[in-house]
Amino acid sequence: MAETHSLQDLRQQPAVAAKVFLQRDYTHGTMCQFQTKFPSELETRIDKQQFEETVRTLNNLYTEAEKLGSQSLIEGCLACLTAYTVFLCMETHYEKVLKKIAKFIQEQNDKIYAPRGLLLTDPIERGLRVYEAGSQTFQLVTTKSRVPETLYLD
Amino acid sequence: MMKNCEYQQIDPRALSVLPSSAQNHNEKKVQRPRRKWEVFPGKNRFFCDGRIIVARQSGILPLTLGLIVVTCGLFFAFDCPFLVKHLTVFIPVIGGVLFLFVVLSLLRTSFTDPGILPRATPDEAADIEKQIDTSGSSTYRPPPRTKEILINQQVVKLKYCFTCKTFRPPRTSHCSLCDNCVERFDHHCPWVGNCVGKRNYRFFYSFIISLSFLTSFIFGCVITHITLRTQAGKSIVQAIQESPASVVELVICFFSIWSILGLSGFHTYLIASNLTTNEDIKGSWSSKQGAEDSGNPYTYNSIITNCCATLCGPMSPSLIDRRGFLSDEAIPVVSASEIELPPFTAKNDSHMCTQSTKDVLERVVNSFDSHSLCPPGTPKTSPLSVEVSSATAPSAEASPLAGCSRQQDGQPVAASCPPFSRNSKRDSLHSINPAFRLASPSPSMTRATLILGDVPDLGFIPLP
Repeated sequence: MAETHSLQDLRQQPAVAAKVFLQRDYTHGTMCQFQTKFPSELETRIDKQQFEETVRTLNNLYTEAEKLGSQSLIEGCLACLTAYTVFLCMETHYEKVLKKIAKFIQEQNDKIYAPRGLLLTDPIERGLRVYEAGSQTFQLVTTKSRVPETLYLD
Repeated sequence: MMKNCEYQQIDPRALSVLPSSAQNHNEKKVQRPRRKWEVFPGKNRFFCDGRIIVARQSGILPLTLGLIVVTCGLFFAFDCPFLVKHLTVFIPVIGGVLFLFVVLSLLRTSFTDPGILPRATPDEAADIEKQIDTSGSSTYRPPPRTKEILINQQVVKLKYCFTCKTFRPPRTSHCSLCDNCVERFDHHCPWVGNCVGKRNYRFFYSFIISLSFLTSFIFGCVITHITLRTQAGKSIVQAIQESPASVVELVICFFSIWSILGLSGFHTYLIASNLTTNEDIKGSWSSKQGAEDSGNPYTYNSIITNCCATLCGPMSPSLIDRRGFLSDEAIPVVSASEIELPPFTAKNDSHMCTQSTKDVLERVVNSFDSHSLCPPGTPKTSPLSVEVSSATAPSAEASPLAGCSRQQDGQPVAASCPPFSRNSKRDSLHSINPAFRLASPSPSMTRATLILGDVPDLGFIPLP
């Protein structure tokens, strides 16, 4: 009957996700690095080496983003001289690397993780707090559709 | 007949779960995709569709701006003409450049996200809960949770933030005025009307440095102006009478110079040693024990590197993604923890409006779990009929409460509704909108934890 159908809809809940969170690794300071420890829940789903390789590459990319190199110094000085108005028209080095990271994660999801029913969430979507690996299929819609430009309007 | 009434009234709420069905104000919500700033849980205000973020209390930012504009205005109007005639035309040029720099830095500091950390999603919070040993019942606040980690061979304690439901990263602090965790939290500056944190510290520093130069410059120019007038054979009193505005500027500059110069010096020291005001005041890294262990683990041990790291380091983007769109699944299926909002804050609806957006209340009105607010003993039709009448009224926040109080014969809503918010039915609902969900200062969805009222451990000022 229509009534019971409505009540069932009301009680319907979305599928509970099996998610694994990799926390940040602060041993070298406040730089963005994630722990490379392989979570036991993923043992049956994916090869340990593969996963650790992904996390290591991610960590390297974040190191590149936050590096105190000449490029970031020049950017910083230029910004200071122009009263930081230059950021309104220019994309920062960090943002460029974040785009690279987003592409890398998408690639990894497409090639390695999606075929195994897993999905990695870009850490920027969790405030760079955690690195999330989940097996919830509906997430495929949300994380990949994230438009990088929306991150950087400031 | 009763059945018909009941199921007619369930329909709007069922339709809020299935957005494809058309219903009056649900239509509006489904058609217009909302941006994340509209459901931001912290006490911030947004302008220009999320491009500009300020703290809820703008503090004395208008005063700061006013003082700067008035002083410079008086300077350009009264002192510059004289000085241009007698000295050089570069004086207003330099003044103008400094003024522009000051105002731009100030606005940039005020309107930039200081490094707000988004709150933990329900899944994350649950995951963290699992890793923590909880002892005691959920009706009292457990002792503050800390986690010790090693940073550069030094032990640092990470504290758990009860509001944001996550362990704060190092150097992060929760600002009670803005109700956000801010990365590399320095302080909340009322003059600027915003927190000063990782992302806007360089703007703040350039603001105070340029302001020091500006006040010193104006002070110097005004003194020169008056001196030149007296040298032309007039007495000081006469000179002042000819240019009264100069006295005003003198007074303002004299009093601000000490504090601004002091502040600039203090922040220069902080930058050189890679410290934050917060850490310095708390003495987190002071070597009172004289041991190496209590040194600052974040310093690069070189003044130049410390300065470069803080001022010219990479500019990280805003983590809260204000202008991103809420994904479809995030559009409410409201959980009971959000429904708890109106009963708790019956007197403070306006606060809830501003804090967690008007959508909270719309959703509450539309939610199919609002009947849990009312005593279970009452027949189903009465709360539902209340619900419908409130659903049709746009300013409906008072109605469910009024309905509840009607049910309870005039008992205060706040007193009677909260117990029912822990109704087990709540757990059957699952909010997929994490940011919105965590707006409520209510018991977390996992029973194992926390506090009613959810007071973060850093001097959180509850809503008045």
